[in-house]
Amino acid sequence: MTFGLYAETPSSLSVNKVYVYNITVQVVRTRYIHTSSRQLVARRATGPIVNMSRTGTKLDAKKVNSELFTLTYGSLVAQLLQDYENVEDVNKQLERMGYNIGIRLIEDFLARTGSGRCYDFRDTAEKIQSGFKIFLGITPSITNWSPAGDEFSLCFETNPLTEFVELPDNYSSLKYCNVLPGVLRGACEMVQMEVACWFVQDQLKNDNVTELRVKFVKRLEDAIPAGED
Amino acid sequence: MVIYGVYIVSKSGGLIFNHDHNVPKIEVEKSFNFPLNIKLNYENKKIVVSFGQRDGIHVGHVLTYVNGNAITGRELEDGRDILEMLEQPENFPITLKFSRAKMTTNEKIFLASMFYPLFAIASQLSPELRSSGIEILEADTFRLYCFQTLTGIKFMIVAEPSQPGMEILLKRVYDLYADYALKNPFYALEMPIRCELFETNLQTLLETVEKSGISNV
Repeated sequence: MTFGLYAETPSSLSVNKVYVYNITVQVVRTRYIHTSSRQLVARRATGPIVNMSRTGTKLDAKKVNSELFTLTYGSLVAQLLQDYENVEDVNKQLERMGYNIGIRLIEDFLARTGSGRCYDFRDTAEKIQSGFKIFLGITPSITNWSPAGDEFSLCFETNPLTEFVELPDNYSSLKYCNVLPGVLRGACEMVQMEVACWFVQDQLKNDNVTELRVKFVKRLEDAIPAGED
Repeated sequence: MVIYGVYIVSKSGGLIFNHDHNVPKIEVEKSFNFPLNIKLNYENKKIVVSFGQRDGIHVGHVLTYVNGNAITGRELEDGRDILEMLEQPENFPITLKFSRAKMTTNEKIFLASMFYPLFAIASQLSPELRSSGIEILEADTFRLYCFQTLTGIKFMIVAEPSQPGMEILLKRVYDLYADYALKNPFYALEMPIRCELFETNLQTLLETVEKSGISNV
């Protein structure tokens, strides 16, 4: 995987640490259809820093410029659009990839934060929020709780995934960030909680904020490991 | 300060990783005259010392070499039966080499899956609500430390009873697992971990802990 645009960047960008599970091959043959290269060069190194890996076990995490991540993700979506043609299939694929990332990423989150099990969905909401802080360097706000306390929204003022993105008209049904609902679903499932997750607002579709709705479905009682229930 | 080994058991109870760290190697070679003054038994496809402990040869040690020749099961390479051979005076004096029985991978898998229900039983036997399973299992020669993650993976360390800081070390091993096993795109979940980076980093971690203590990791 090479990024010509970043060839002269001084910061140490570690490509192999970016989460691109099972998709590396596709990323190799990529054109950035979603953004112009001029913009990229001009705005280099202004984005937030995404925390993608640790060296050793020290707290000073090895960080990678979020734009590298943004571009990798953009190229992934672009490639999927080429490979599938049907936008609905792309949405589905993104969700699936997110799921596969989530079931692994949760271990990283737990190992890093040492957090305990959630016995209330409000705990879960806060932990998801801190997950976004750790992995994407953003803190979405938690809003719109349902009266039953089993549904909430995460509102993103900024979203590193969509930093340079303008959605073409013919892709209006594309859920560009659909990897995120997948990640949440996968991660929660590994800690024995089934959630449903979808976008209700999207800045790419001219909404004011990006709003991700998260709904508690059930606890996966059978899957709770012995000595934990 | 010795750590004997690290084991990782998957959510479903299968051994997905084991690493023997610093198991002291015990080998004793000795020349014997007729009649043989230790009792040998054939069990589990091994010739085992059953009685007559002497000169560093302990009950439970396994016969590995006869006159410098390796043995398989109860036979020499040329097919002669060893137990019959030891009854005939003309074969003496004879040199026998004994060593501590090494656990085979199969035995390790077996023991790991054995621990799984023990852990579950412990949490159910508990007089208190919401008890964890076994976290420390202590014997006179070792302690087994177990840490179960929220996702159900168990990390285990077998160490000398006097070795401190093993609970912290378990969390460090979890870190390594999250980094070097799970971020490896070619590692499939629940499958045995065959990741070189994971192993080398684990090795380094264990050595650091043994040399300079847990506070330095």
